[in-house]
Amino acid sequence: MEQNIGSDNSKEEISRVTLGDVTPMRLDCGFELKNFGVAYKTYGKLNKKKTNAILVCHALSGDQFVSGINPFSGRPGWWNLVIGPNKLIDTERFFVICPNIIGGCMGTIGPKEINCDTGQPWGLDFPVITISDMVRAQALLLDYLGVDKLFCAIGGSMGGMQVLEWAVAYPDRVFAAIPIATASHHSAQNIAFHEVGRQAIMADKDWCGGNYFNHDCYPKRGLGIARMIAHITYLSEPALQSKFGRRLQDRDTITFGFDADFQVESYLRYQGSTFVDRFDANSYLYITRAMDYFDLAERHGNGTLAEAFRGTNTRFCVISFSSDWLYQTSESRAIVKALNAVAANVSFAEIDSDKGHDAFLLKEPEFWKVLSGFIDGAAQKYGLNGSQ
Amino acid sequence: MITKITGIIRRDLRLIAGIVTNNSRVLDVGCGEGELLDYLDKNKEVDGRGIELSSTGVNSCVAAGLSVIQGDADQDLDNYPDQAFDYVVLSQTLQATRQPHKVLDNLVRIGKYAIVSFPNFGHWRVRLALMVHGRMPQTDILSYNWYDTPNIHFCTIKDFVALCVKLNINIESGIALNRRGFERKIGGKGLRFANLRGEQAIFLLTRH
Repeated sequence: MEQNIGSDNSKEEISRVTLGDVTPMRLDCGFELKNFGVAYKTYGKLNKKKTNAILVCHALSGDQFVSGINPFSGRPGWWNLVIGPNKLIDTERFFVICPNIIGGCMGTIGPKEINCDTGQPWGLDFPVITISDMVRAQALLLDYLGVDKLFCAIGGSMGGMQVLEWAVAYPDRVFAAIPIATASHHSAQNIAFHEVGRQAIMADKDWCGGNYFNHDCYPKRGLGIARMIAHITYLSEPALQSKFGRRLQDRDTITFGFDADFQVESYLRYQGSTFVDRFDANSYLYITRAMDYFDLAERHGNGTLAEAFRGTNTRFCVISFSSDWLYQTSESRAIVKALNAVAANVSFAEIDSDKGHDAFLLKEPEFWKVLSGFIDGAAQKYGLNGSQ
Repeated sequence: MITKITGIIRRDLRLIAGIVTNNSRVLDVGCGEGELLDYLDKNKEVDGRGIELSSTGVNSCVAAGLSVIQGDADQDLDNYPDQAFDYVVLSQTLQATRQPHKVLDNLVRIGKYAIVSFPNFGHWRVRLALMVHGRMPQTDILSYNWYDTPNIHFCTIKDFVALCVKLNINIESGIALNRRGFERKIGGKGLRFANLRGEQAIFLLTRH
Protein backbone atom coordinates (compact mmCIF):
# COMPACT_ATOMS: atom_id res chain seq x y z
CA MET A 1 0.00 0.00 0.00
CA GLU A 2 1.30 3.38 -0.95
CA GLN A 3 1.42 5.98 1.79
CA ASN A 4 3.52 8.89 0.71
CA ILE A 5 2.82 11.94 2.80
CA GLY A 6 1.47 14.49 0.40
CA SER A 7 4.53 14.30 -1.76
CA ASP A 8 4.34 16.28 -4.96
CA ASN A 9 6.75 14.22 -6.92
CA SER A 10 5.67 14.62 -10.51
CA LYS A 11 7.40 11.39 -11.45
CA GLU A 12 5.21 9.35 -9.15
CA GLU A 13 3.27 6.49 -10.58
CA ILE A 14 -0.48 6.32 -10.36
CA SER A 15 -1.46 3.89 -7.62
CA ARG A 16 -3.68 1.31 -9.19
CA VAL A 17 -5.12 -1.87 -7.83
CA THR A 18 -6.96 -4.68 -9.57
CA LEU A 19 -10.25 -5.49 -7.86
CA GLY A 20 -12.94 -8.06 -8.55
CA ASP A 21 -10.27 -10.69 -9.20
CA VAL A 22 -11.67 -13.21 -6.74
CA THR A 23 -15.37 -12.39 -6.99
CA PRO A 24 -16.65 -10.21 -9.83
CA MET A 25 -18.47 -7.04 -8.81
CA ARG A 26 -22.10 -7.10 -9.88
CA LEU A 27 -23.23 -3.78 -11.32
CA ASP A 28 -26.75 -2.39 -11.04
CA CYS A 29 -27.34 -3.17 -14.71
CA GLY A 30 -26.59 -6.82 -13.99
CA PHE A 31 -23.16 -6.92 -15.64
CA GLU A 32 -20.42 -8.64 -13.65
CA LEU A 33 -17.22 -6.64 -13.69
CA LYS A 34 -14.10 -8.68 -13.03
CA ASN A 35 -10.41 -7.88 -12.79
CA PHE A 36 -10.92 -4.17 -13.03
CA GLY A 37 -8.41 -1.49 -12.18
CA VAL A 38 -9.08 1.32 -9.73
CA ALA A 39 -6.65 4.23 -9.71
CA TYR A 40 -6.39 6.19 -6.50
CA LYS A 41 -4.18 8.51 -4.49
CA THR A 42 -3.61 8.52 -0.77
CA TYR A 43 -2.16 11.30 1.33
CA GLY A 44 -0.92 11.03 4.89
CA LYS A 45 -0.73 7.89 6.97
CA LEU A 46 -3.34 5.53 8.31
CA ASN A 47 -3.00 5.48 12.10
CA LYS A 48 -2.56 2.27 14.08
CA LYS A 49 -6.21 2.03 15.03
CA LYS A 50 -7.16 2.75 11.40
CA THR A 51 -9.57 5.43 12.51
CA ASN A 52 -8.34 8.51 10.66
CA ALA A 53 -9.34 7.74 7.08
CA ILE A 54 -11.17 10.36 5.02
CA LEU A 55 -12.59 9.39 1.65
CA VAL A 56 -12.77 12.24 -0.84
CA CYS A 57 -15.21 11.64 -3.69
CA HIS A 58 -14.59 13.61 -6.83
CA ALA A 59 -17.07 15.32 -9.14
CA LEU A 60 -17.89 14.72 -12.82
CA SER A 61 -14.68 16.07 -14.27
CA GLY A 62 -12.49 15.47 -11.22
CA ASP A 63 -9.81 12.87 -10.60
CA GLN A 64 -7.79 11.26 -7.84
CA PHE A 65 -5.29 14.13 -7.70
CA VAL A 66 -7.04 16.07 -5.00
CA SER A 67 -3.97 17.57 -3.32
CA GLY A 68 -0.46 18.56 -4.29
CA ILE A 69 0.38 18.83 -7.97
CA ASN A 70 -1.52 16.86 -10.58
CA PRO A 71 1.30 15.03 -12.44
CA PHE A 72 -0.61 15.12 -15.71
CA SER A 73 -1.66 18.74 -15.84
CA GLY A 74 1.23 20.08 -13.77
CA ARG A 75 -1.36 22.19 -11.95
CA PRO A 76 -2.47 22.03 -8.30
CA GLY A 77 -4.92 19.25 -7.43
CA TRP A 78 -8.59 20.15 -7.60
CA TRP A 79 -8.97 20.61 -3.85
CA ASN A 80 -5.40 21.53 -3.04
CA LEU A 81 -6.70 24.64 -1.26
CA VAL A 82 -8.47 22.49 1.32
CA ILE A 83 -6.45 19.25 1.52
CA GLY A 84 -2.77 18.90 2.31
CA PRO A 85 -0.24 19.14 5.13
CA ASN A 86 -1.45 21.65 7.74
CA LYS A 87 -4.45 22.57 5.62
CA LEU A 88 -8.12 22.40 6.57
CA ILE A 89 -8.12 18.65 5.97
CA ASP A 90 -4.67 18.10 7.39
CA THR A 91 -2.86 15.17 5.78
CA GLU A 92 -0.45 15.14 8.74
CA ARG A 93 -3.47 14.16 10.80
CA PHE A 94 -5.78 12.31 8.44
CA PHE A 95 -5.27 9.53 5.92
CA VAL A 96 -6.92 10.90 2.80
CA ILE A 97 -8.02 8.51 0.05
CA CYS A 98 -9.20 9.76 -3.30
CA PRO A 99 -10.10 7.15 -5.92
CA ASN A 100 -10.88 7.81 -9.56
CA ILE A 101 -14.47 6.66 -10.10
CA ILE A 102 -15.34 3.68 -12.27
CA GLY A 103 -16.43 4.93 -15.67
CA GLY A 104 -13.75 7.61 -15.34
CA CYS A 105 -10.72 8.14 -17.53
CA MET A 106 -7.80 8.65 -15.17
CA GLY A 107 -6.73 5.05 -14.74
CA THR A 108 -9.81 3.40 -13.24
CA ILE A 109 -11.87 1.04 -15.40
CA GLY A 110 -13.97 2.96 -17.89
CA PRO A 111 -14.83 3.05 -21.60
CA LYS A 112 -11.28 4.20 -22.43
CA GLU A 113 -9.60 1.20 -20.78
CA ILE A 114 -8.78 -2.05 -22.55
CA ASN A 115 -11.35 -4.83 -22.31
CA CYS A 116 -9.26 -7.93 -21.56
CA ASP A 117 -11.72 -10.13 -23.43
CA THR A 118 -11.30 -8.28 -26.71
CA GLY A 119 -7.96 -6.51 -26.39
CA GLN A 120 -9.77 -3.36 -27.51
CA PRO A 121 -10.91 -0.33 -25.55
CA TRP A 122 -14.36 -0.93 -24.08
CA GLY A 123 -16.02 1.99 -25.84
CA LEU A 124 -19.79 1.61 -25.76
CA ASP A 125 -19.44 -2.06 -24.80
CA PHE A 126 -18.70 -0.76 -21.32
CA PRO A 127 -21.73 -1.42 -19.11
CA VAL A 128 -23.78 1.56 -17.98
CA ILE A 129 -22.77 2.34 -14.40
CA THR A 130 -24.48 4.07 -11.49
CA ILE A 131 -23.39 6.11 -8.48
CA SER A 132 -23.98 2.95 -6.38
CA ASP A 133 -21.57 1.04 -8.61
CA MET A 134 -18.92 3.72 -8.11
CA VAL A 135 -19.38 3.48 -4.34
CA ARG A 136 -19.34 -0.31 -4.37
CA ALA A 137 -15.98 -0.22 -6.12
CA GLN A 138 -14.71 2.30 -3.57
CA ALA A 139 -15.80 -0.04 -0.76
CA LEU A 140 -13.69 -2.80 -2.35
CA LEU A 141 -10.77 -0.38 -2.51
CA LEU A 142 -11.16 0.35 1.21
CA ASP A 143 -11.17 -3.39 1.92
CA TYR A 144 -7.92 -3.62 0.01
CA LEU A 145 -6.44 -0.67 1.92
CA GLY A 146 -7.51 -2.25 5.23
CA VAL A 147 -9.91 0.53 6.15
CA ASP A 148 -13.04 -0.91 7.76
CA LYS A 149 -14.61 2.37 8.73
CA LEU A 150 -14.19 5.86 7.40
CA PHE A 151 -13.93 8.70 9.83
CA CYS A 152 -15.45 10.82 7.11
CA ALA A 153 -16.68 10.76 3.52
CA ILE A 154 -16.70 14.13 1.80
CA GLY A 155 -17.41 15.42 -1.68
CA GLY A 156 -19.11 18.12 -3.70
CA SER A 157 -21.56 17.85 -6.59
CA MET A 158 -21.40 14.27 -7.92
CA GLY A 159 -18.91 13.65 -5.09
CA GLY A 160 -21.71 14.60 -2.70
CA MET A 161 -23.98 12.00 -4.34
CA GLN A 162 -21.36 9.36 -3.66
CA VAL A 163 -21.13 10.55 -0.05
CA LEU A 164 -24.91 10.18 0.36
CA GLU A 165 -24.80 6.74 -1.26
CA TRP A 166 -21.95 5.75 1.06
CA ALA A 167 -23.86 6.82 4.16
CA VAL A 168 -26.97 4.93 3.09
CA ALA A 169 -25.43 1.81 1.55
CA TYR A 170 -22.69 1.37 4.17
CA PRO A 171 -24.05 3.12 7.29
CA ASP A 172 -21.66 1.27 9.58
CA ARG A 173 -18.61 2.25 7.57
CA VAL A 174 -19.11 6.03 7.70
CA PHE A 175 -18.84 8.00 10.94
CA ALA A 176 -19.35 11.43 9.37
CA ALA A 177 -20.66 12.42 5.96
CA ILE A 178 -20.26 15.80 4.28
CA PRO A 179 -22.33 16.10 1.10
CA ILE A 180 -21.68 19.52 -0.43
CA ALA A 181 -23.58 21.38 -3.17
CA THR A 182 -25.46 18.26 -4.16
CA ALA A 183 -28.87 16.60 -4.40
CA SER A 184 -30.46 13.27 -3.53
CA HIS A 185 -31.60 12.86 -7.13
CA HIS A 186 -31.25 14.52 -10.51
CA SER A 187 -34.05 16.91 -11.41
CA ALA A 188 -35.59 17.14 -14.88
CA GLN A 189 -33.48 20.26 -15.48
CA ASN A 190 -30.30 18.47 -14.40
CA ILE A 191 -31.07 15.60 -16.77
CA ALA A 192 -31.95 18.04 -19.54
CA PHE A 193 -28.59 19.81 -19.37
CA HIS A 194 -26.76 16.50 -19.41
CA GLU A 195 -28.80 15.29 -22.35
CA VAL A 196 -27.80 18.36 -24.39
CA GLY A 197 -24.17 17.64 -23.56
CA ARG A 198 -24.45 14.01 -24.60
CA GLN A 199 -26.25 14.91 -27.80
CA ALA A 200 -23.46 17.36 -28.64
CA ILE A 201 -20.89 14.57 -28.28
CA MET A 202 -22.92 12.01 -30.22
CA ALA A 203 -23.72 14.51 -33.00
CA ASP A 204 -20.00 15.02 -33.64
CA LYS A 205 -19.12 12.84 -36.63
CA ASP A 206 -15.74 12.17 -35.05
CA TRP A 207 -17.52 10.33 -32.26
CA CYS A 208 -17.98 7.42 -34.71
CA GLY A 209 -20.66 5.70 -32.67
CA GLY A 210 -18.35 5.73 -29.66
CA ASN A 211 -15.68 3.92 -31.63
CA TYR A 212 -13.35 6.89 -32.29
CA PHE A 213 -10.30 5.06 -30.93
CA ASN A 214 -10.44 2.76 -33.98
CA HIS A 215 -10.81 5.61 -36.43
CA ASP A 216 -7.96 7.83 -35.41
CA CYS A 217 -10.29 10.67 -34.60
CA TYR A 218 -11.78 12.29 -31.51
CA PRO A 219 -15.07 14.17 -30.96
CA LYS A 220 -13.35 17.33 -29.80
CA ARG A 221 -16.07 19.71 -30.90
CA GLY A 222 -18.88 17.70 -29.34
CA LEU A 223 -17.13 17.20 -26.02
CA GLY A 224 -16.03 20.85 -26.03
CA ILE A 225 -19.61 22.00 -26.47
CA ALA A 226 -20.79 19.64 -23.73
CA ARG A 227 -18.22 21.19 -21.42
CA MET A 228 -19.21 24.72 -22.42
CA ILE A 229 -22.86 24.06 -21.59
CA ALA A 230 -21.99 22.40 -18.30
CA HIS A 231 -19.61 25.19 -17.37
CA ILE A 232 -22.42 27.75 -17.58
CA THR A 233 -24.36 25.74 -15.03
CA TYR A 234 -21.36 25.80 -12.66
CA LEU A 235 -21.32 29.60 -12.51
CA SER A 236 -23.96 32.01 -11.29
CA GLU A 237 -25.43 34.74 -13.45
CA PRO A 238 -23.93 37.49 -11.26
CA ALA A 239 -20.54 35.75 -11.36
CA LEU A 240 -20.60 35.63 -15.18
CA GLN A 241 -21.80 39.22 -15.31
CA SER A 242 -19.11 40.59 -13.01
CA LYS A 243 -16.37 38.51 -14.62
CA PHE A 244 -17.22 39.33 -18.23
CA GLY A 245 -20.21 41.62 -18.59
CA ARG A 246 -20.46 42.55 -22.26
CA ARG A 247 -16.74 43.18 -22.56
CA LEU A 248 -15.17 42.43 -25.94
CA GLN A 249 -12.27 40.07 -26.48
CA ASP A 250 -9.06 41.70 -27.82
CA ARG A 251 -11.03 44.12 -29.98
CA ASP A 252 -12.57 47.54 -29.71
CA THR A 253 -15.73 46.88 -31.61
CA ILE A 254 -17.99 44.05 -32.66
CA THR A 255 -16.99 42.37 -35.92
CA PHE A 256 -20.38 41.52 -37.41
CA GLY A 257 -19.28 37.89 -37.58
CA PHE A 258 -19.32 34.74 -35.48
CA ASP A 259 -15.84 34.95 -34.06
CA ALA A 260 -15.58 35.18 -30.27
CA ASP A 261 -16.35 38.89 -30.02
CA PHE A 262 -17.26 38.71 -26.35
CA GLN A 263 -14.93 37.72 -23.54
CA VAL A 264 -17.47 35.25 -22.24
CA GLU A 265 -17.43 33.42 -25.59
CA SER A 266 -13.68 33.26 -25.62
CA TYR A 267 -13.66 32.01 -22.04
CA LEU A 268 -16.15 29.23 -22.76
CA ARG A 269 -14.26 28.17 -25.89
CA TYR A 270 -11.09 27.97 -23.82
CA GLN A 271 -12.86 25.88 -21.17
CA GLY A 272 -14.14 23.54 -23.86
CA SER A 273 -10.83 23.16 -25.66
CA THR A 274 -8.74 22.49 -22.55
CA PHE A 275 -11.26 19.94 -21.32
CA VAL A 276 -11.07 17.75 -24.43
CA ASP A 277 -7.33 17.33 -23.90
CA ARG A 278 -7.81 15.73 -20.53
CA PHE A 279 -11.17 13.97 -20.68
CA ASP A 280 -12.60 11.02 -22.56
CA ALA A 281 -15.79 11.68 -24.50
CA ASN A 282 -17.33 8.28 -23.79
CA SER A 283 -16.50 8.66 -20.10
CA TYR A 284 -18.48 11.89 -20.18
CA LEU A 285 -21.50 10.00 -21.51
CA TYR A 286 -21.26 7.27 -18.89
CA ILE A 287 -20.70 9.53 -15.92
CA THR A 288 -23.47 11.97 -16.79
CA ARG A 289 -25.78 8.98 -17.21
CA ALA A 290 -24.84 7.68 -13.78
CA MET A 291 -25.74 11.08 -12.30
CA ASP A 292 -29.07 11.15 -14.15
CA TYR A 293 -29.94 7.71 -12.79
CA PHE A 294 -29.13 8.74 -9.22
CA ASP A 295 -32.20 8.69 -6.98
CA LEU A 296 -31.44 7.86 -3.37
CA ALA A 297 -35.09 7.72 -2.26
CA GLU A 298 -36.12 5.46 -5.11
CA ARG A 299 -33.23 3.11 -4.62
CA HIS A 300 -33.03 2.88 -0.85
CA GLY A 301 -36.29 4.24 0.53
CA ASN A 302 -39.15 2.99 -1.64
CA GLY A 303 -39.57 6.51 -2.90
CA THR A 304 -39.30 8.20 0.52
CA LEU A 305 -35.97 9.84 1.21
CA ALA A 306 -36.37 9.66 4.99
CA GLU A 307 -36.75 5.89 4.77
CA ALA A 308 -33.38 5.68 3.04
CA PHE A 309 -31.78 7.28 6.11
CA ARG A 310 -33.75 5.42 8.78
CA GLY A 311 -31.57 4.08 11.57
CA THR A 312 -28.48 5.98 10.50
CA ASN A 313 -25.86 6.76 13.12
CA THR A 314 -23.75 8.84 10.77
CA ARG A 315 -23.20 12.53 11.58
CA PHE A 316 -24.13 14.60 8.57
CA CYS A 317 -23.04 18.07 7.58
CA VAL A 318 -25.00 19.26 4.56
CA ILE A 319 -23.68 22.41 2.88
CA SER A 320 -25.15 24.44 0.02
CA PHE A 321 -24.30 27.74 -1.66
CA SER A 322 -26.84 30.52 -2.08
CA SER A 323 -26.10 31.19 -5.76
CA ASP A 324 -25.83 27.53 -6.84
CA TRP A 325 -28.65 27.02 -9.32
CA LEU A 326 -27.48 23.59 -10.47
CA TYR A 327 -28.03 21.94 -7.08
CA GLN A 328 -30.01 24.53 -5.21
CA THR A 329 -30.25 25.03 -1.48
CA SER A 330 -33.77 23.59 -1.65
CA GLU A 331 -32.22 20.25 -2.68
CA SER A 332 -29.96 20.26 0.37
CA ARG A 333 -32.87 21.30 2.54
CA ALA A 334 -34.86 18.28 1.31
CA ILE A 335 -31.98 16.04 2.43
CA VAL A 336 -31.90 17.77 5.83
CA LYS A 337 -35.66 17.42 6.19
CA ALA A 338 -35.44 13.70 5.50
CA LEU A 339 -32.61 13.33 8.02
CA ASN A 340 -34.65 15.22 10.63
CA ALA A 341 -37.59 12.95 9.99
CA VAL A 342 -35.53 10.05 11.34
CA ALA A 343 -33.92 12.21 14.06
CA ALA A 344 -30.50 11.82 12.50
CA ASN A 345 -27.55 13.92 13.61
CA VAL A 346 -27.35 16.65 11.02
CA SER A 347 -25.84 20.08 10.60
CA PHE A 348 -26.84 22.25 7.69
CA ALA A 349 -25.40 25.54 6.51
CA GLU A 350 -26.18 27.56 3.43
CA ILE A 351 -23.11 29.59 2.54
CA ASP A 352 -23.75 33.04 1.15
CA SER A 353 -21.71 33.22 -2.05
CA ASP A 354 -22.13 34.67 -5.53
CA LYS A 355 -19.82 32.11 -7.15
CA GLY A 356 -22.47 29.55 -8.07
CA HIS A 357 -22.03 25.78 -7.96
CA ASP A 358 -18.23 25.96 -8.29
CA ALA A 359 -18.01 27.80 -4.96
CA PHE A 360 -17.14 24.53 -3.22
CA LEU A 361 -13.85 24.40 -5.11
CA LEU A 362 -12.93 28.01 -4.41
CA LYS A 363 -11.67 30.06 -1.52
CA GLU A 364 -14.79 30.66 0.54
CA PRO A 365 -13.81 31.57 4.13
CA GLU A 366 -17.29 31.05 5.61
CA PHE A 367 -17.53 27.62 3.97
CA TRP A 368 -14.12 26.66 5.26
CA LYS A 369 -14.99 27.81 8.77
CA VAL A 370 -18.09 25.61 8.82
CA LEU A 371 -16.22 22.69 7.28
CA SER A 372 -13.33 22.80 9.69
CA GLY A 373 -15.63 23.27 12.69
CA PHE A 374 -17.67 20.25 11.73
CA ILE A 375 -14.63 18.07 11.06
CA ASP A 376 -12.97 19.06 14.34
CA GLY A 377 -16.18 18.48 16.27
CA ALA A 378 -16.71 15.09 14.65
CA ALA A 379 -13.06 14.12 15.18
CA GLN A 380 -13.44 14.86 18.87
CA LYS A 381 -16.57 12.70 19.08
CA TYR A 382 -14.73 9.96 17.23
CA GLY A 383 -11.87 10.09 19.69
CA LEU A 384 -9.39 11.59 17.24
CA ASN A 385 -7.72 14.16 19.42
CA GLY A 386 -4.91 16.28 18.08
CA SER A 387 -2.44 14.75 15.69
CA GLN A 388 -2.47 11.02 15.40
CA MET B 1 -34.47 37.14 18.96
CA ILE B 2 -33.89 38.71 22.31
CA THR B 3 -31.41 41.19 23.64
CA LYS B 4 -28.84 39.46 25.72
CA ILE B 5 -28.46 40.71 29.24
CA THR B 6 -25.71 38.51 30.41
CA GLY B 7 -26.72 37.97 34.03
CA ILE B 8 -30.36 37.25 33.42
CA ILE B 9 -30.07 35.24 30.23
CA ARG B 10 -27.15 33.23 31.53
CA ARG B 11 -29.21 32.48 34.58
CA ASP B 12 -32.08 31.42 32.35
CA LEU B 13 -29.84 29.06 30.39
CA ARG B 14 -28.22 27.73 33.56
CA LEU B 15 -31.61 26.90 34.99
CA ILE B 16 -32.59 25.12 31.79
CA ALA B 17 -29.31 23.23 31.81
CA GLY B 18 -30.06 22.25 35.40
CA ILE B 19 -33.25 20.51 34.33
CA VAL B 20 -31.58 18.49 31.55
CA THR B 21 -30.24 15.11 32.64
CA ASN B 22 -26.85 13.72 31.65
CA ASN B 23 -26.46 11.80 28.39
CA SER B 24 -29.91 12.77 27.18
CA ARG B 25 -30.99 13.78 23.68
CA VAL B 26 -31.68 17.49 23.40
CA LEU B 27 -33.09 19.67 20.62
CA ASP B 28 -32.61 23.40 21.14
CA VAL B 29 -35.07 25.30 18.98
CA GLY B 30 -33.80 28.82 18.30
CA CYS B 31 -30.35 28.00 19.63
CA GLY B 32 -28.76 31.32 18.62
CA GLU B 33 -24.98 31.10 18.84
CA GLY B 34 -25.24 27.74 20.58
CA GLU B 35 -24.42 28.81 24.15
CA LEU B 36 -26.76 26.29 25.75
CA LEU B 37 -25.83 23.43 23.42
CA ASP B 38 -22.17 24.07 23.97
CA TYR B 39 -22.67 24.13 27.74
CA LEU B 40 -24.72 20.93 27.67
CA ASP B 41 -22.21 19.23 25.39
CA LYS B 42 -19.33 20.05 27.73
CA ASN B 43 -21.06 19.54 31.06
CA LYS B 44 -23.78 16.97 30.53
CA GLU B 45 -22.53 14.98 27.58
CA VAL B 46 -25.85 15.27 25.84
CA ASP B 47 -26.54 14.36 22.23
CA GLY B 48 -27.50 17.89 21.25
CA ARG B 49 -29.03 19.38 18.11
CA GLY B 50 -30.12 22.86 17.27
CA ILE B 51 -32.35 24.81 14.91
CA GLU B 52 -31.58 28.46 14.30
CA LEU B 53 -33.15 31.02 12.01
CA SER B 54 -30.16 33.29 11.39
CA SER B 55 -27.49 31.94 9.09
CA THR B 56 -24.73 33.69 11.04
CA GLY B 57 -25.92 31.86 14.16
CA VAL B 58 -26.05 28.53 12.34
CA ASN B 59 -22.66 28.90 10.75
CA SER B 60 -20.94 29.84 13.98
CA CYS B 61 -22.61 26.89 15.74
CA VAL B 62 -21.49 24.40 13.09
CA ALA B 63 -18.05 25.99 13.05
CA ALA B 64 -17.94 25.32 16.79
CA GLY B 65 -18.68 21.65 16.19
CA LEU B 66 -22.37 21.74 17.17
CA SER B 67 -25.05 19.93 15.15
CA VAL B 68 -27.24 22.79 14.04
CA ILE B 69 -29.45 23.37 11.02
CA GLN B 70 -30.90 26.50 9.53
CA GLY B 71 -34.65 26.54 10.01
CA ASP B 72 -37.46 27.92 12.11
CA ALA B 73 -39.83 26.72 14.81
CA ASP B 74 -42.97 27.35 12.77
CA GLN B 75 -41.96 25.38 9.71
CA ASP B 76 -39.38 22.78 10.55
CA LEU B 77 -40.66 21.06 13.70
CA ASP B 78 -43.31 19.19 11.73
CA ASN B 79 -40.55 17.06 10.16
CA TYR B 80 -39.36 15.53 13.41
CA PRO B 81 -40.75 12.20 14.58
CA ASP B 82 -42.67 11.73 17.86
CA GLN B 83 -40.62 11.47 21.05
CA ALA B 84 -37.33 11.74 19.18
CA PHE B 85 -35.69 13.72 21.98
CA ASP B 86 -35.65 13.63 25.76
CA TYR B 87 -35.81 17.42 25.93
CA VAL B 88 -36.86 20.01 23.41
CA VAL B 89 -35.84 23.50 24.50
CA LEU B 90 -37.47 26.68 23.30
CA SER B 91 -35.68 29.49 25.04
CA GLN B 92 -36.92 33.07 24.58
CA THR B 93 -38.30 32.25 21.16
CA LEU B 94 -41.99 31.46 21.67
CA GLN B 95 -43.00 35.13 21.42
CA ALA B 96 -41.37 35.38 17.99
CA THR B 97 -43.19 32.43 16.43
CA ARG B 98 -46.17 32.87 14.14
CA GLN B 99 -48.23 30.09 15.70
CA PRO B 100 -47.14 29.57 19.31
CA HIS B 101 -49.89 27.04 20.00
CA LYS B 102 -48.79 24.79 17.15
CA VAL B 103 -45.16 25.16 18.16
CA LEU B 104 -46.00 24.13 21.74
CA ASP B 105 -47.93 21.14 20.46
CA ASN B 106 -44.93 20.10 18.40
CA LEU B 107 -42.52 20.53 21.32
CA VAL B 108 -44.34 18.07 23.56
CA ARG B 109 -44.82 15.73 20.61
CA ILE B 110 -41.14 15.63 19.64
CA GLY B 111 -39.76 15.65 23.18
CA LYS B 112 -40.56 13.58 26.22
CA TYR B 113 -40.16 16.93 27.97
CA ALA B 114 -40.37 20.45 26.61
CA ILE B 115 -38.58 23.30 28.35
CA VAL B 116 -39.99 26.68 27.41
CA SER B 117 -38.79 30.06 28.61
CA PHE B 118 -40.28 33.41 27.65
CA PRO B 119 -40.43 37.02 28.80
CA ASN B 120 -43.50 37.68 30.93
CA PHE B 121 -45.70 40.44 29.55
CA GLY B 122 -47.58 40.51 32.84
CA HIS B 123 -44.53 41.83 34.73
CA TRP B 124 -45.35 44.95 36.74
CA ARG B 125 -42.92 47.12 34.78
CA VAL B 126 -44.65 46.20 31.55
CA ARG B 127 -48.04 46.91 33.08
CA LEU B 128 -46.79 50.20 34.49
CA ALA B 129 -45.38 51.35 31.15
CA LEU B 130 -48.76 50.94 29.53
CA MET B 131 -50.77 52.30 32.42
CA VAL B 132 -48.67 55.30 33.34
CA HIS B 133 -47.08 56.31 30.07
CA GLY B 134 -49.63 54.89 27.66
CA ARG B 135 -46.79 53.64 25.47
CA MET B 136 -45.79 50.17 24.36
CA PRO B 137 -43.43 48.83 26.99
CA GLN B 138 -39.69 48.76 26.43
CA THR B 139 -37.67 47.06 29.14
CA ASP B 140 -34.23 45.53 29.37
CA ILE B 141 -35.53 42.25 28.01
CA LEU B 142 -38.11 43.75 25.66
CA SER B 143 -35.89 46.37 24.15
CA TYR B 144 -37.41 46.70 20.69
CA ASN B 145 -39.73 49.39 19.40
CA TRP B 146 -43.25 48.21 18.65
CA TYR B 147 -42.65 48.66 14.92
CA ASP B 148 -39.41 46.73 14.56
CA THR B 149 -39.83 43.97 17.11
CA PRO B 150 -39.56 40.35 15.96
CA ASN B 151 -41.64 39.50 19.03
CA ILE B 152 -45.15 39.26 17.68
CA HIS B 153 -46.91 37.00 20.18
CA PHE B 154 -46.35 38.17 23.72
CA CYS B 155 -48.09 36.50 26.59
CA THR B 156 -48.23 36.68 30.36
CA ILE B 157 -47.45 33.76 32.62
CA LYS B 158 -51.18 33.39 33.22
CA ASP B 159 -51.88 33.36 29.48
CA PHE B 160 -49.28 30.66 29.01
CA VAL B 161 -50.73 28.50 31.77
CA ALA B 162 -54.21 28.90 30.27
CA LEU B 163 -52.94 27.89 26.82
CA CYS B 164 -51.30 24.78 28.23
CA VAL B 165 -54.62 23.78 29.82
CA LYS B 166 -56.39 24.37 26.52
CA LEU B 167 -53.81 22.33 24.58
CA ASN B 168 -53.95 19.57 27.15
CA ILE B 169 -50.28 20.07 27.95
CA ASN B 170 -49.14 19.10 31.41
CA ILE B 171 -47.07 21.63 33.39
CA GLU B 172 -44.57 19.61 35.39
CA SER B 173 -43.07 22.69 36.99
CA GLY B 174 -42.60 26.39 36.45
CA ILE B 175 -40.15 28.98 37.70
CA ALA B 176 -40.47 32.76 37.53
CA LEU B 177 -37.29 34.84 37.50
CA ASN B 178 -37.29 38.40 38.69
CA ARG B 179 -35.03 41.18 37.59
CA ARG B 180 -32.18 40.14 39.84
CA GLY B 181 -32.46 36.53 38.82
CA PHE B 182 -34.25 35.36 41.98
CA GLU B 183 -36.36 32.30 41.34
CA ARG B 184 -39.91 31.70 42.43
CA LYS B 185 -41.94 28.55 41.90
CA ILE B 186 -45.03 29.08 39.83
CA GLY B 187 -48.12 27.23 40.97
CA GLY B 188 -51.28 27.44 43.00
CA LYS B 189 -51.61 30.72 44.84
CA GLY B 190 -48.19 31.82 43.69
CA LEU B 191 -49.35 32.22 40.12
CA ARG B 192 -50.71 35.73 40.51
CA PHE B 193 -47.62 36.94 42.31
CA ALA B 194 -45.30 35.26 39.84
CA ASN B 195 -47.17 36.89 36.99
CA LEU B 196 -46.62 40.29 38.55
CA ARG B 197 -43.03 39.90 39.76
CA GLY B 198 -41.54 37.50 37.25
CA GLU B 199 -39.67 39.13 34.40
CA GLN B 200 -39.38 35.80 32.66
CA ALA B 201 -40.61 32.27 33.17
CA ILE B 202 -39.34 28.76 32.56
CA PHE B 203 -41.72 25.85 32.26
CA LEU B 204 -41.16 22.12 32.09
CA LEU B 205 -43.94 20.54 30.04
CA THR B 206 -45.12 17.09 29.02
CA ARG B 207 -47.91 15.77 26.87
CA HIS B 208 -50.88 14.60 28.98
